[in-house]
Amino acid sequence: MTKILIRALRFLHWYLGEISGDAAYDRHVDRHRREHPGAPAPSRREYERDRARHREHHPASRCC
Amino acid sequence: MSARGSNRRRTTPASILGWSCVGLAGAVAWGVLALSRGERVSAVWLVVAALGSYAIAYRFYARFIVRRALRPDDRRATPAERLADGVDYEPTDRRVLLGHHFAAIAGAGPLVGPVLAAQMGYLPGTIWIVAGVIFAGAVQDMVVLFLSMRRDGKSLGQMVREEIGTVGGIAALVSVLAIMIILLAVLALIVVNALARSPWGTFSIAATIPIALFMGVYLRFLRPGRVVEASGIGVALLLGAIVAGDWVDHSALASAFTLSPTTLVFCLAGYGFVASVLPVWLLLAPRDYLSTFMKIGAITLMAAGVLVTAPHFKAQAVTRFASSGTGPVFSGSAFPFLFITIACGALSGFHALVASGTTPKLIRKESQVRMIGYGAMLMESFVAVMALAAACVLDPGLYFAMNAPAGLLGPTVQTASQAVTHLGFSISPEQLHAAASAVGENTLVARTGGAPTLAVGMSQILSTFGGASMKAFWYHFAIMFEALFILTTVDAGTRVGRFMLQDMLGNIWKPAARINWKPGIWLSSALVVSAWGYFLYVGATDPLGGVNQLFPLFGIANQLLAAIALTLCTTVLIKSGKLRWAWITGLPLAWDVAVTFTASWQKIFSGDPRVGFFAQRHTYATALHAGKVLAPAKTPAAMHTVVLNSTVDGVLMATFLLLVTIVIANAAWVCLRAIRSPSQLPLAEAAYVESGLDIGAGRGELVTSGAGGVGPSK
Repeated sequence: MTKILIRALRFLHWYLGEISGDAAYDRHVDRHRREHPGAPAPSRREYERDRARHREHHPASRCC
Repeated sequence: MSARGSNRRRTTPASILGWSCVGLAGAVAWGVLALSRGERVSAVWLVVAALGSYAIAYRFYARFIVRRALRPDDRRATPAERLADGVDYEPTDRRVLLGHHFAAIAGAGPLVGPVLAAQMGYLPGTIWIVAGVIFAGAVQDMVVLFLSMRRDGKSLGQMVREEIGTVGGIAALVSVLAIMIILLAVLALIVVNALARSPWGTFSIAATIPIALFMGVYLRFLRPGRVVEASGIGVALLLGAIVAGDWVDHSALASAFTLSPTTLVFCLAGYGFVASVLPVWLLLAPRDYLSTFMKIGAITLMAAGVLVTAPHFKAQAVTRFASSGTGPVFSGSAFPFLFITIACGALSGFHALVASGTTPKLIRKESQVRMIGYGAMLMESFVAVMALAAACVLDPGLYFAMNAPAGLLGPTVQTASQAVTHLGFSISPEQLHAAASAVGENTLVARTGGAPTLAVGMSQILSTFGGASMKAFWYHFAIMFEALFILTTVDAGTRVGRFMLQDMLGNIWKPAARINWKPGIWLSSALVVSAWGYFLYVGATDPLGGVNQLFPLFGIANQLLAAIALTLCTTVLIKSGKLRWAWITGLPLAWDVAVTFTASWQKIFSGDPRVGFFAQRHTYATALHAGKVLAPAKTPAAMHTVVLNSTVDGVLMATFLLLVTIVIANAAWVCLRAIRSPSQLPLAEAAYVESGLDIGAGRGELVTSGAGGVGPSK
């Protein structure tokens, strides 16, 4: 029972992180390390600013 | 012969038994809904009928379409894999993408249309919502998503241009912009009607702006990127704002938040402009997070409320307005007007813009279009079913007192009570007064637009949790989330509209297209806001009732966009040599064309001044010439307004119809050429590239997400 509960909570934690974009930075760092080993990864602040700048020019439709 | 592993699984006796039970439960529920007359019917039957139908449709019909017509290949790399840049393109876990896609397609639309359609009873609306989504809406979403995914995530307009032709492409582009303007105006009108003269509601919605700004600053400077954290704080503040609204309502501040519809129109237009020119991180992005979390929470709460309390319907199964066409909420008979009033939840053309926008760039495996395209639309349909249930548990007398136009109901509870009796239902002035004070409002008379009705229905259902004293809280909770969804759509829509306009203006004068050139941004934002602001103002001041006049225009526009999307789907199926399966999108297209063209035709040419815009214009213009004033107009100036509004609406309707006719005619010609041509016509699909992801996983539906694979252990 507790096992199921823990798994459910872990899933919820993971899902919230993914759906909100919280986890995007970690993924970006992983990717950066793989593709440019040696080069320092951007800080979270820099990364989020880049993301916001991108969003500025790529508005997504929301339906009704 | 691709990775259709799941489709080759053996059917076991257990699964046959299981699916038979699902089918049986759904069939019994439909039987109860359809055959009960004069008995008390529980809303649970509605839920069972809908869920049973969705399950069967998803398991059998959607899979049939995928296997026969779309034939996805999980060994073919999706654009998310081929073009992965970690920004626009990124292979995303299917459950996460389902959440994103659902949040992007579902908003206030499925909450509003069914409430208005409840004037014809619960049965016609239910049948259309469920049958419409299974055979039309979800099919459209899934096929458009598939086509866009095969074309690197191209937009609907681009696909129409490439697969149908330049003329059709331009017509589609212009229609998209025009339809979006009407959509934003009608949604904003719903907010205006919900907040007019309601200090509680106005205060709590106004509070969302500083809350969003705070979240924006928090995410930018204090704790960059911690969205869950910031949203948690935001939601808590939001609930606090609803509670505080009660206090404001009873304080000296109340008068400052008691705004007339006209004042609210200017507030909303001003807000729309500011939101469009401010940096996204400051207002738009945080509001979007708030809206998404509230969406999931509120919808879950609504479903739980209906299931736990199992309320009974007070509305009739079918009212006489379904056939007579004399309903006060919107004019015209069930065919075609019911089918355009309920758009979102059954068939919504606007989804084609989302399905050809962000989502196709994030799909990990081709076969996942069924879950994401078809599945998300089923979920939206379920939201619409819930909204219909919430409207139908209300007493019909109260329903009509809230939803008939102000001109018909008159200014007081006494006149409203008389008007409702005249319609064939009953509610006393005392009951009307009591219903309003129970939810903490001054009046509920003529609170058109659907949002207040849904809020009263929800407060009635949810007051099981927390008792009657919580009714006012739940009412304002419902108003708050509906307004929040709408304002998010208005923010995003104004911005999308601005970019489209800048793009179009850029063809005439280059600097206008520069996305960083401030005067260009201001000018195009102002143009988009004034366009929807004009229709919003017209709606808020229309003597005949703005919702009554504009909602059909919105519904027709949305369904005409669906006609464009389904035309594209059918054309591509025929061009790719699948004529045999073209009926899958061809039949819903034929139905949609029958509905929208009949509705537009009646709106333009009907001799009945309640239905036809030009007949309405003629009646009022003739009376004006003769020096008479026709009710519900009270002054010659109001008569002039009616004449002007019906002219504008009629011309707009005709323009929409013409644009869509051009797209369909162009497509018909292409289809004919494709059928006659001995060889296959060229398609604009991206070339085949072998996938390197999840080889051998078969179903293409995996647990890990993204490049980092941070999913929970299996």
